[in-house]
Amino acid sequence: MNYSEALERYKQKIASVGAQEMVINMGPQHPSTHGVLRLELITDGEIVRDIIPHLGYLHRCFDKHAESMSYGKSIPFTDRLDYLASMNNSHAFVMGVERMLGMEQRIPKRVEYIRVLVCELNRIASHLIAIGTYGIDIGAFTPFMWCFRDREHIMNMLEWASGSRMLYNYIWIGGLFYDLPVGFEDRCLDFVAYFRPKLAELDELLSTNQIFISRTANIGALPADVAINYGCSGPMLRASGVKWDLRRIDGYSVYPELEFEIPVGKGEMGTLGDCWDRYKVRVDEVKESLKIIEQCLHRLRGDFKRTPEFDPRALVPKKVNLKSQEYYMRAENPKGELGFHFVTQEKTDIPRRVKARGPSFNNLSVLPELGRGQLIADLIAILGSIDIVLGEVDR
Amino acid sequence: MVEQIQHLLHEKFGEMAVLRVDAQPLQPILVVNSELIVDICLFLRDTEGCYFDFLSNISAVDYFPEKRFAVVYHLSSIPYQTQVTLKVEIDNERLLHELPVMPSVSSVWRTADWHEREAYDLMGIFFSGHPDLRRILLPDDWDGYPLRKDYQDAETYHGIAIK
Repeated sequence: MNYSEALERYKQKIASVGAQEMVINMGPQHPSTHGVLRLELITDGEIVRDIIPHLGYLHRCFDKHAESMSYGKSIPFTDRLDYLASMNNSHAFVMGVERMLGMEQRIPKRVEYIRVLVCELNRIASHLIAIGTYGIDIGAFTPFMWCFRDREHIMNMLEWASGSRMLYNYIWIGGLFYDLPVGFEDRCLDFVAYFRPKLAELDELLSTNQIFISRTANIGALPADVAINYGCSGPMLRASGVKWDLRRIDGYSVYPELEFEIPVGKGEMGTLGDCWDRYKVRVDEVKESLKIIEQCLHRLRGDFKRTPEFDPRALVPKKVNLKSQEYYMRAENPKGELGFHFVTQEKTDIPRRVKARGPSFNNLSVLPELGRGQLIADLIAILGSIDIVLGEVDR
Repeated sequence: MVEQIQHLLHEKFGEMAVLRVDAQPLQPILVVNSELIVDICLFLRDTEGCYFDFLSNISAVDYFPEKRFAVVYHLSSIPYQTQVTLKVEIDNERLLHELPVMPSVSSVWRTADWHEREAYDLMGIFFSGHPDLRRILLPDDWDGYPLRKDYQDAETYHGIAIK
C-alpha cells in the first residue's frame, strides 16, 4: 500500500497552480497568525482560492511526555498547552484524574471555589488577549494597549497566588499548591470594581466602531451545522447561535451553584456567526466571568472563609493508584472544549495514553472552509476571530 | 444509555456490529466492528434519539506489548446532551510497511479529517478513504510513528546527528 499518496497529491497541487494563480506563504512568522502557524494560500489576485494550513512548528510532544511520568508531574505540561489559560488546562486535567480516583466529591468546597475563581480570572485574561490582538489584527491599536494593561492586573494577582506569571502549576490533584494569599479576596474585589468600567469603555470603543463593524460584520459567517460538523466549540460555536457551554452541560466543579448567562451570537451587525459575533461573544463572556468571580469571592469570604487549620494539600495523594480504565474528561476552556483521554495501566501511576484534545486545533480546522473565496485581508480578520493559541494546536 | 445504543445497533446491523461492551466504571465503551464503523457513525449521527452530531475526539491507543491498536471515538450529542464512546480494535504486527488500516469517518464528521491525520502521523494508523492523509504535526519526511511504544529515536535527521 502506498502511504505517501496524499503527499504526492499535495505536491502536485502546489506545482500545478494556474498561470493567473499564485502560491503565497503566510507565516510561520507572520504577526497575524498569532504564533508559528504557516498558511499556504493559493490566490487569484486578492482572492483566496484555497488554504493549506501547516502545523507542528510548536509541537512539544505533550502526549509522549505525559505517558512517561506520573499524573501529578504532567500538570506543568498541561499549563503549556493553551499557555494563555494555564489554570483552565490544569483544572480539566486534574478533574479527570480526580474522577478516576473517585475523590471529586471529597474535595473541600473552598478548594473548588478557589479553582473556579482562578480559572475565571484566567478566562478573562485569555479573552482580553483575544479581543486586544483581534483589534490590532485589523488596525485598531488602542484596544490592544488597554487589554494588556488590564490583563497585567490579573497576571499580577495570579503571580501572587502561585508564584508564576503565566505557567502556574497551581491546581493539584486533590487540592491546590497553596491557599490564596492573605488579602487576595480584597484585591480581587478591587480589581472587579476597577475593571467593570474599563470593560464598558473597551466595549464602547470597539463593538460599535464603524470601521471595526465594516471589517468584521458579514465576514466569515459560520453556520451552526458547519460549526458542529467541524468540531468547533467554545465561543466559535456559541457565536453561531448554539447555546453549548460545558460549564452548564456537564456542570462540573461548583458551576451548578453559580449564576451566569451563556452569551450566544445573534447576528446583530450582520449574519449570524460572523466575525463580529465571535468577537462579541467573548466580550459578553468576560462580563459573565466577572459575575462568577464576584459570587466566588462572596462565598470565599463567607461560608468557606479562610481558617488556620485549612490545608489545601491535605488530600493530595502521594501516589495515584488507579485501576486499568479509560476516561474522557472534557471541560470548557476559554477557547472551547478541552478534553483529556486517559488510558491507565494497572499497578503503576504512569498512564498508558493521555491524549489532549485542544479546542484551538479543531477550531482552526474550519479555516479553509471559511476562508475560501474571501479577500486576503478578510482572511486575517477570520483567523483572528477564531482565536487560536499555537501551543494548543501543536501540543 | 449504552444498552439502548447497543440494542439499536443490534437491530440495524445485526449481531456483528457491537463486539462487546467494555464496562468501564465511568464511561462504558462500545467496541464495534471496524468494517462497519462508517455506517455505524452515520447511523448514530442521523438517527432520532441519538443525533451524535459532535465528534469530540479521536484518539489512537497502542497496547504494547500486545500486537494490538485501538482507535477510540468520543461522540456527543448537542440536542440530547449525551455522550457515547466507540472503540475499534485492530491487530497488527507493528511493521512500518504494513500499517493497521481502518475506514475513515471524515465523510461523517469533517473534524475527523485532522484527528485522523494526527493519529496517522503519531501512531501510524492508516485511514482508507481519507481525502488528504498527510502528516500533520511532524515534518513530511519523518520516519516512524513516535507515539508507538516501540518507537526508537532516530540517530540523525537529514544527516545531522541529533543525539
